[in-house]
Amino acid sequence: MWNSFSTAGPVSVTAEITTFTGGGGDEIHAYVARPKTDEPLPGIVLLHHMPGWDEFYQEFAERLARHGYEVIAPDLYCRFGHGTPDDVFAKVRSEGGVLDDSVVADGAAALAWLKSRPNHNGKVGTLGTCSGGRHAVLVASLVPGFDAVIDLWGGGVVAAPEDATPSRPVAPIEYTEQLNTPLLGLFGNEDQSPTAEQVDVHEQALQAAGKDYEFHRYDGAGHGFTYYHTGLYRQEQSMDAWEKIFAFFAAKLQS
Amino acid sequence: MCTMIAETSSISGMAKNENGWFAVTRATVGYDHATHSKAEHALLIDFTNYDIGLGARVALELDLESGRALLAQLQSAIVQAEATGLH
Repeated sequence: MWNSFSTAGPVSVTAEITTFTGGGGDEIHAYVARPKTDEPLPGIVLLHHMPGWDEFYQEFAERLARHGYEVIAPDLYCRFGHGTPDDVFAKVRSEGGVLDDSVVADGAAALAWLKSRPNHNGKVGTLGTCSGGRHAVLVASLVPGFDAVIDLWGGGVVAAPEDATPSRPVAPIEYTEQLNTPLLGLFGNEDQSPTAEQVDVHEQALQAAGKDYEFHRYDGAGHGFTYYHTGLYRQEQSMDAWEKIFAFFAAKLQS
Repeated sequence: MCTMIAETSSISGMAKNENGWFAVTRATVGYDHATHSKAEHALLIDFTNYDIGLGARVALELDLESGRALLAQLQSAIVQAEATGLH
């Protein structure tokens, strides 16, 4: 649980910007946060949202690290050049978005990086918000080796074929049969993408395929309801979501 | 919501940011997550020159009503300019 550490011995965390070998052998940036401990640690591949590899995601990584995970958040936009996060987002937008194949390759590389760590416990999860939620489902479906995946309001998991783009040619729901990783999904019922109806469609596909999943839907919340830096923030729903994130990862990665 | 609505075209002109004037080569108009507007989504308009760098950018985030007003102003000014025969 959040804010439940003992003041007698709180866990310190370290965080740094580093580079690692991403998809295609490219050296790309990553934000890495971890608890200061010699104990074996589970890992998390944190996939950033559409606005980019930004300060929110650095703080997101630190929060997860504080709860006992080694977290790597690769800069999925690293190959587009560098500038402020919103300048980079503009460049990515102007080029039609990051390629799904690129994200899957970087996700696989980040998984391998975590598994190579000396104090790794053998378990790795992945999660993301917004486009990162969609990417988390995609990566967990296509890359073997993940033990848990969390989709936080990923828009486009369910999409019509006519909505396919060169960067997003296949909707992740099409890979449901291949998803062999327990999935937690958290959604706001007022979201426009994914809509409640799209979440229903995804849930029906998971049920039909007999997949291990858990969905929670919040009234009074839309897209991005844990984004405390925006007007989308919903305190009650956000704190409940955090408890579900911690509980799910603890059950799947720390046992 | 990630709309993926974005259209990019080559343009010719000048823009000014905190570093002064620079030639712009590309315009992107989209409707997606706003970075600084209070609204969740906005018309995102970028005038850029990536030959200079990602910071060579003048950005606007507008609501749809403002976008429509801007579009009408542009159209009106272009019609008037063409009528002068000075282009």
